[in-house]
Amino acid sequence: MHEPLIFEHSQPGRRAPGLSEARQSALNLPAAFLRGDVPALPEVSELQAVRHYTRLSQLNFSIDTHFYPLGSCTMKYNPKVCNQLAMLPGFTGRHPLGPASHGQGFLSCMYELQEMLAAVTGMAEVSLTPMAGAQGEFAGVAMIMAYHRARGDDARREIIVPDAAHGTNPATAIMCGCEVRELATGPDGDIDLEALRQAVGPQTAGIMLTNPSTLGVFERQIQEVARIVHEAGGLLYYDGANLNAILGRALPGAMGFDVIHMNLHKTFSTPHGGGGPGSGAVGVNQRLAPFLPVPVVGKEGDKYRWLTETDRPQSIGRLSAFMGNAGILLRAYIYMRLLGAEGMRRVADFATLNANYLMARLASAGFQLAYPRRRASHEFIVSVKDLTRETGVTAMDFAKALLDEGFHAPTTYFPLLVPECLLIEPTETESRQDLDAFVDAMVAIRQRAFQDPEAVKAAPLTMPVRRLDDVRAARQLDLAWPVEQSA
Amino acid sequence: MSETPDNLKYTSDHEWLRLEDDGTVSLGVTDHAQQALGDLVFVELPESGSQFTAGDACAVVESVKAASDVYCPLSGRVAAVNERLQDEPELVNASPYDDGWLVRVEPDEPAALEELMGAEAYGQFLAESED
Repeated sequence: MHEPLIFEHSQPGRRAPGLSEARQSALNLPAAFLRGDVPALPEVSELQAVRHYTRLSQLNFSIDTHFYPLGSCTMKYNPKVCNQLAMLPGFTGRHPLGPASHGQGFLSCMYELQEMLAAVTGMAEVSLTPMAGAQGEFAGVAMIMAYHRARGDDARREIIVPDAAHGTNPATAIMCGCEVRELATGPDGDIDLEALRQAVGPQTAGIMLTNPSTLGVFERQIQEVARIVHEAGGLLYYDGANLNAILGRALPGAMGFDVIHMNLHKTFSTPHGGGGPGSGAVGVNQRLAPFLPVPVVGKEGDKYRWLTETDRPQSIGRLSAFMGNAGILLRAYIYMRLLGAEGMRRVADFATLNANYLMARLASAGFQLAYPRRRASHEFIVSVKDLTRETGVTAMDFAKALLDEGFHAPTTYFPLLVPECLLIEPTETESRQDLDAFVDAMVAIRQRAFQDPEAVKAAPLTMPVRRLDDVRAARQLDLAWPVEQSA
Repeated sequence: MSETPDNLKYTSDHEWLRLEDDGTVSLGVTDHAQQALGDLVFVELPESGSQFTAGDACAVVESVKAASDVYCPLSGRVAAVNERLQDEPELVNASPYDDGWLVRVEPDEPAALEELMGAEAYGQFLAESED
């Protein structure tokens, strides 16, 4: 189904009712601030706008419509009850500038969320203010740097990042004014300990690790890694991207991490995709607690209140107006309360079971695993390099063909260490029937690649758009609709 | 299969180098590298005259798949950069060893070039990393 752009529906002079009063109320603005010409908005009726956006919404590929095994993104089902409860009028009607005495219910939820997140990660304290994963990372490294500065240890400006890391890790280090030192990964996906020993020194501010790593394997020598980095005077930062694999089963705090960011929009099932809204809550051990971003929620007797710069003079400061994405935090809180401690362990159990089941079935169907000797965590990597060599069908062709089969494509070409790779993360919320259907589709595409590679390279055939020219889109990025065409 | 011309030197990061008649050394990415990256959409080049130490990143090549640093294996000063790549990054894909060169360096020690891999050694390196 082809749906034109809203601009292509436009007819001069056509409008929806109800806007004239709003236009009037703008007239009390000083004349200097009024624009001279009418903005180039599409001119459509209300019904046209409703139909256009309803049709677009029906074209969505989403977790509510399709299996969505996008590796490292943890596209799990978002229970509707979390939405319903977070939309209670007592929450949605609360004004963020209202006095704390009027929002004790909300504050108690946030306080308990802080406590639960600290408990499930083995950290001492949690701040909920970062608005997304990237900001959580920033907060984490900013706290590491604040800690060194507070001790007068100014020479520590280097952050160690494994070559398998998410690209956001080195970016975060640079944003915090650090130098990045890359660390090699061994053949089984573990960190090269000898390289680590060589890398650390008086310049080491810390190391950023994801565990399980982006290679989908658990870092088995994590305690030795922690010992090496701590003895050199550095701190350990845990990137919570893959927390789903170990939730309630292994504590980053016990592994030796000093600071962790958690993607509540992944592990704790708040809706995400399309850029947000997210939540990158951060947890720390005792030595970093003074530096947590404010505000955090404190409890005195049976009363809750905001702790601010006055209470935490060494805080790295504020990262958002008020305290993060309140509605998202509520959804994560409700999700955790629904699961309880036992439920959280079951999340990790089934996330890993599903990944290992899929991995075993795909391997026995002839797919090449990137780390065949390792058990998968919550995700695993298939390389179609053999297929590319024999038939010319690439990982990208495979991903497009999966769309025709009714599955969202896994992550492609990441991590960069593995050529022609698909990073597959089923999450705990898929049934065995759906996992089997996905295997059937993968096998069918593989067979088609051998018999008729051109057919696979032509995919997708059933989507509203075919292959996009992503090279041209990147070279000639042009997002503005030309005004003269809208008439 | 990718091409590896005989008259060039190669690095394990898939850069090629060529000693020019005027004593400068041209540097680019190999045919294998451009194939692995896919269609380039952006090339970031250094300023002419800037100084590099061996092993420094001297350019960035960005494709629809990934952005990668290009390392300069020689210490020296940048004598020229390939300005055409600002508007035509696709030259690196179409002609990695000629029109798609990235920078020309005046090396501090031209002899250091001899320590790099020749075509045969690089071809073997590629074959081994394939497995």
